[in-house]
Amino acid sequence: MSNVVHTFTSTVPVWSPYVTPVDLASATPEQMAAMQVTPSNKGVSKYVLTLAHDPESLAVRSPLFNLIMYGKDGLSSAERELGAVGASVVNRCIYCAAVHASRFNGLTKRPDVIEAIFKDELDAKIEPREQAIFDFSARLSTTPSQLTQGDADALRKAGLDELEMLDLVLSSAIFGWANRLMHTLGEPLET
Amino acid sequence: MTSTTLIEQLAGIEPGSALAQALSTRAEVIRLSQASHDAVIVPREPGGLSHGLRAALAARMARQNADPALAAHYEACLARTGEVEAVPLSEPERQRITAILRHADMLTLSPRDATRADIEALKAAGVEEPDIVRLAELAAFVNYQVRVLAGLKVLRGNR
Repeated sequence: MSNVVHTFTSTVPVWSPYVTPVDLASATPEQMAAMQVTPSNKGVSKYVLTLAHDPESLAVRSPLFNLIMYGKDGLSSAERELGAVGASVVNRCIYCAAVHASRFNGLTKRPDVIEAIFKDELDAKIEPREQAIFDFSARLSTTPSQLTQGDADALRKAGLDELEMLDLVLSSAIFGWANRLMHTLGEPLET
Repeated sequence: MTSTTLIEQLAGIEPGSALAQALSTRAEVIRLSQASHDAVIVPREPGGLSHGLRAALAARMARQNADPALAAHYEACLARTGEVEAVPLSEPERQRITAILRHADMLTLSPRDATRADIEALKAAGVEEPDIVRLAELAAFVNYQVRVLAGLKVLRGNR
């Protein structure tokens, strides 16, 4: 049995569910549709098979997630990934943090940002614009009602426009969702 | 319900503002958020989590996040289900509901502390595996929605 990963890493672990995933061979047509299984796409992760227990949610969450994280214009892809990492650090979702840290690194080729975040977590010191993005995401993820005008002002001061700020709210918030699935329904194992 | 989505109703965005414009650029995100709301609050197949229980849990999660307007919305959803009468529960059902409630609180307030033991406790209390996933989706959605609304609130005032 592989060891559980308890510390932040940009090496993506293997996710192992605590509940029995849906068996692909006996999945209902609705579950197959929600998992987007087609004759040419039969590779389905354990995570998706687990979420297929609730096909109505999965069917709408997948396009929503993709639109928020990979949509065109607005906040850059790397900065959306940074929003995802901020939420995942607060919620201690090791798996989500690893996936989105590695995407951030792939997009920016600047591993120092993630190294600083994984070392000092919410106290990390990074470049001003990235600092504003990371801090906002962390504060929205911790106690949303305590978010203030000052947090939004910091984003504007760092040069974010209205659409970029909205995209940051969305990419941080969707990880309030993703972390609550990934981190509570299973665990990350060493590869 | 009107044709505007819940997020638009509760966010109170000034028409014609830069934020209103940004939101219209993201109209599909808002539409899919509404569809997600319907999938967790009034699903066609609720499993072991009735529409009334879902609305009651969502209202509690909104209150725990200090969002009274959102809590009022879910209380209205609960009232519409008609499941508001107190009914005596059998002992196994009381244990199942108690475990669901405890887990919902953890999902909202301290998800970082989640472990395998939390899921084992649900199973031991008779919560079926599909319902464990349904409960996680419900809590995860409401906590997403709370954050979208809280974010919009501070962006709205940021002119």
